[in-house]
Amino acid sequence: MYSGDFAYYAPTSLGEMLTLLNNAKPEVKVLAGGQSLIPLLKLRLASPATLIDASQVPDLRMIADSGNTITLGAMTTYFQAIDSPLVQQRCPLIIQALRQVGDPQVRARGTIGGSLAHADPAGDLPAVAMALDAEIHAVSSNGERSIAAANFFTDVLTTALQPNEVLKSVSFTATDQPATGTAYVKHRHPASGYAVVGVAAVVRLGADGTCQEARVGITGAGAHAARARGVEQALAGKTLDEAALDAACASAADGLDLMSDTYASDEFRAHLTRVLAKRALAEAASRAHSQA
Amino acid sequence: MAVSRLFGASVKRREDPRLITGHGAYTDDMKLPGMAYLAILRSPYGHARIKRIDTSKAQQHPGVLAVYTGADLAGKLNPIPCAWLIPDSDLKTPPYPALASDTVRFTGDGVAMVVASSPYIARDALDLIEVDYEPLPVVTTQEQAAAPGAPQLHESAPGNLAFNWKFAGGDVDAAFRDAEVTVKQRFVQQRLIPNAMEPRGAVAQWTPGADEVTLWNTTQNPHIARFLLSVVAGIPENKIRVVARDVGGGFGSKIPFYAGEALTVFAARELGVPVKWIEDRRENYLATIHGRDQITDVELAAKRDGTITGLRVNALSNMGAYLSTAAPGVPTWLFALIVPGCYTIPAYSCDVKGYFTNTTPTDAYRGAGRPEASFLMERMVDLLAGELHMDPVEVRRKNFIPADAFPYTTVTTLTYDSGNYQQTLDKALEMVDYQGLRQQQQQMRQQGKYLGIGISSYVEVCGLAPSPAAGAMGFQGGLWEPATVRVLATGKVIVLTGTSPHGQGEETTFAQLVGEDLGVPVEDVDVIHGDTGAIPMGWGTYGSRSTAVGGTAIKKATIKVLEKAKKLAAHLLEAAPEDIVADHGRFYVQGSPAKSVTIQDIALQANLGWNLPKDMTPGLEESHFHDPTNFTYPFGTHICVVEVDADTGEVKIRRYVAVDDVGVVINPMIVDGQVHGGVAQGIGQALYEHAIYDEGGNLVTGSMLDYAVPNATQIPNIETARTETPCPHNLTGVKGVGETGTIASSQAVVNAVVDALSPLGIKHIDMPLTPERVWKTIQAAKASPTGAN
Ligand SMILES: Cc1cc2nc3c(=O)[nH]c(=O)nc-3n(C[C@H](O)[C@H](O)[C@H](O)COP(=O)(O)OP(=O)(O)OC[C@H]3O[C@@H](n4cnc5c(N)ncnc54)[C@H](O)[C@@H]3O)c2cc1C
Repeated sequence: MYSGDFAYYAPTSLGEMLTLLNNAKPEVKVLAGGQSLIPLLKLRLASPATLIDASQVPDLRMIADSGNTITLGAMTTYFQAIDSPLVQQRCPLIIQALRQVGDPQVRARGTIGGSLAHADPAGDLPAVAMALDAEIHAVSSNGERSIAAANFFTDVLTTALQPNEVLKSVSFTATDQPATGTAYVKHRHPASGYAVVGVAAVVRLGADGTCQEARVGITGAGAHAARARGVEQALAGKTLDEAALDAACASAADGLDLMSDTYASDEFRAHLTRVLAKRALAEAASRAHSQA
Repeated sequence: MAVSRLFGASVKRREDPRLITGHGAYTDDMKLPGMAYLAILRSPYGHARIKRIDTSKAQQHPGVLAVYTGADLAGKLNPIPCAWLIPDSDLKTPPYPALASDTVRFTGDGVAMVVASSPYIARDALDLIEVDYEPLPVVTTQEQAAAPGAPQLHESAPGNLAFNWKFAGGDVDAAFRDAEVTVKQRFVQQRLIPNAMEPRGAVAQWTPGADEVTLWNTTQNPHIARFLLSVVAGIPENKIRVVARDVGGGFGSKIPFYAGEALTVFAARELGVPVKWIEDRRENYLATIHGRDQITDVELAAKRDGTITGLRVNALSNMGAYLSTAAPGVPTWLFALIVPGCYTIPAYSCDVKGYFTNTTPTDAYRGAGRPEASFLMERMVDLLAGELHMDPVEVRRKNFIPADAFPYTTVTTLTYDSGNYQQTLDKALEMVDYQGLRQQQQQMRQQGKYLGIGISSYVEVCGLAPSPAAGAMGFQGGLWEPATVRVLATGKVIVLTGTSPHGQGEETTFAQLVGEDLGVPVEDVDVIHGDTGAIPMGWGTYGSRSTAVGGTAIKKATIKVLEKAKKLAAHLLEAAPEDIVADHGRFYVQGSPAKSVTIQDIALQANLGWNLPKDMTPGLEESHFHDPTNFTYPFGTHICVVEVDADTGEVKIRRYVAVDDVGVVINPMIVDGQVHGGVAQGIGQALYEHAIYDEGGNLVTGSMLDYAVPNATQIPNIETARTETPCPHNLTGVKGVGETGTIASSQAVVNAVVDALSPLGIKHIDMPLTPERVWKTIQAAKASPTGAN
């Protein structure tokens, strides 16, 4: 499979990259790990005139502690994140999810920024970004801005990023408080490995063992990643037993713009969302207990 | 008897160092000076009239050498023929043009082609060809095609009916009239995509002046390709050389002769430059054959004690838009004759209708008809067991052809060569601890968990031969095999085989066979295959025939070499030939091993020709042309143990046990590999794979993003074991193992899932058993007071 013709640039600084984004022949696309973009090029589903390879831009590579959050540069690969002691200690949910992405080749090349910018409705990281209240930092020649994950994913393969913006880094809320547990549960598509439904859960328990806070991010089921706020609210203050989880998760798929394909109908996706939300929350709660 | 050293040993595959270090010689590895590249424009419509094609922009694109449409082929390239003309079936073979000129009949049908100086330019130029299509109504399923008023694909095939083939044996009506119990079920064998690791392709080099062509081609049968190319391109057979040195898997999809190779040869001849065409994976999904796609309505008659008395099958097969090379034989002969399986069924009838639809043509896919047959038989046995509340093991035992009844002639007139079905079943039951599993199943059911045990006892028909049978079935070819064994002056050996291994490892097993008999190390034997320029003739590799037919030919040629060697040894040792013993490469007079000559000594003398017996010709080379007297019949029992997650519908395979009897085994490691691969494909069909068309005739599962070929993490550990019942009618006793894995496995998985869910009243679920299907079936069963189906 051969892509169409395109011009290729590999800038070595962020400034150079932003200038190219403004001036190169449109349509311009940033090339990160290429794990989503290159298949699209090969199938000629995308035929951009210009590719800007982000791999030589040092400012896009970092993993840093930033107080209540940790911040990952856009070009951090999945494996770099998985191997990071800081991520392991402060945001294990990222690792729980990324371990389940694709295969080793994809995890070696795929990037944090690429996954969020691509906004594949079946991508895993978007659910994590939702559950960890991520802040996405974008930069353009007009300056920098931050976008809350809740406002970032707007539709299938569509985000709040502007065409001249680069996703620079992402800050994820750390979950290394006491009595806090996280989990990512996924129904893999048997062919692609993507999430037919994936649920990222964060649970923080109070001293009495009841749920102080639950945050649930859902991917795969709908057109873009979403928070299951109804579930979260239903669990607040509850003891997380079977009955409470069942009752709360009954609404896990509510409000989602459900997708349907030959593998899973909207009805089945909704069902899976409810089942997996419960499983993710139960697992997160059990981890929270052992952290108490 | 001397201890065997090579025969029966797990010799590592000799082809692998070359292949896994990237030094194979696949079609795409051919690079010739001045080579041009061909790309084919394929129809985006399932069915449409071509109103106009404008190639002018593509023609002007820099680097483009030529653009051709169907009109340019007139008088130069004949339609692609169908070569299995099943008799007495009113078979229709409408023309299959290499490029459509007025009507396209499936998404992927060729419309035009570009030849350019690079593959990238050729691909870009396809986008510059303008085609006006007038879409026509589409039929994608055999049931739609059969419906009154359905859109018609071919004028010569009214009602889209390609053929109606029938078989009947015994008094079927009486069996059903007298039946104490009957069971009925409809089965859908979904359409599959073969997915060989290497897609298809061709390189053609035309020599002007000599007017001859060399075609490097991804084929399982180069001599058949040579013959069909001569028919299609009008090139005399002696002016064609077809080479298929390394081929990266085929699973049947590289048996047919396709438009792609014909067009490549056409372009090379027109332009006088070497031309390469390599399909990409997406093109492979559209333009290379698909497999299965058969709907069967099955009725079984039995006594209350579980004895099966009759079987009736009505099958509807989806042939796709045209009849591919071997297509008509697959859902008829290769399917119907083996349906009764391991059982003594006295009355059986089968009616098969093949329909044209706006889909990719179907043809042989690993097992070709036999997986469909054993699936339906083994599902019916389980349904009967359920109906009678009998253990499925008991129903099988009750109906098995007894071990002392072989050779056994079935109601379908096949004569099963040898077998012991009880033994493989017993061994498999023991390996899984059947009684223990049933107890565990009871306990788990009490905890609301769904454990299931699925049994599949199969027999298949392979070792495809004899040639008279091929003729009687309308196969437009023979099924014998030639072999040449050539011992060089240095004692090294070259073996020529007409079979065409493409991943099965015969470069190793054939070398073991010859090395064993001649007493030379396996490294000294090279197996040459896949080149019509080097090999006298051959019918290729499919139907698990290479070792049973080609291997036997090699064995017989080797025996002839040994006979000559003995004569020469006698001459050198000044003894009588009948006193000479050949003992692992040493030749001596019976009883005096101290004075001997080696095969190497003999080879040297034979090739020098200085001192031969008076009546002996020089050289040490023998050929044999072998046509067996019967098919071979491998058999076995596979048992699959699954757990079903009722909340998500997911099926988890807990254990998979395969006990096969493939006759005598030359290389256990290679046999295990064949079983593993076959079982993986069978599990793929049972759980994952499904080629789906939408109503417009678009292949929705058009890439590996949607079409689920199972990977290593989706396949369980496969526990293999064997019994060994030799084939009585060939010299080595081998039967064949290329397809047993797929033939045995899908129904083991489905039987297990249905067994797991039987407390809910579930009797059947069609493949693939995707989580949604399983979950929905469970929901329906729970909602219905009498169970789901
Ligand atoms: C076989 C296979 C299996 C996979 N399985 C999974 C899976 O199970 N789960 C999963 O989540 N994903 C899966 N993926 C996708 C993978 O995670 C991708 O890596 C990811 O979605 C995109 O990241 P990338 O770095 O490869 O981005 P690219 O493919 O390079 O880019 C993707 C898109 O994002 C844009 N982009 C990238 N970086 C930036 C940036 N810094 N600023 C602005 N725009 C940017 C690009 O322009 C492009 O439009 C799979 C991919 C493959 C090939």
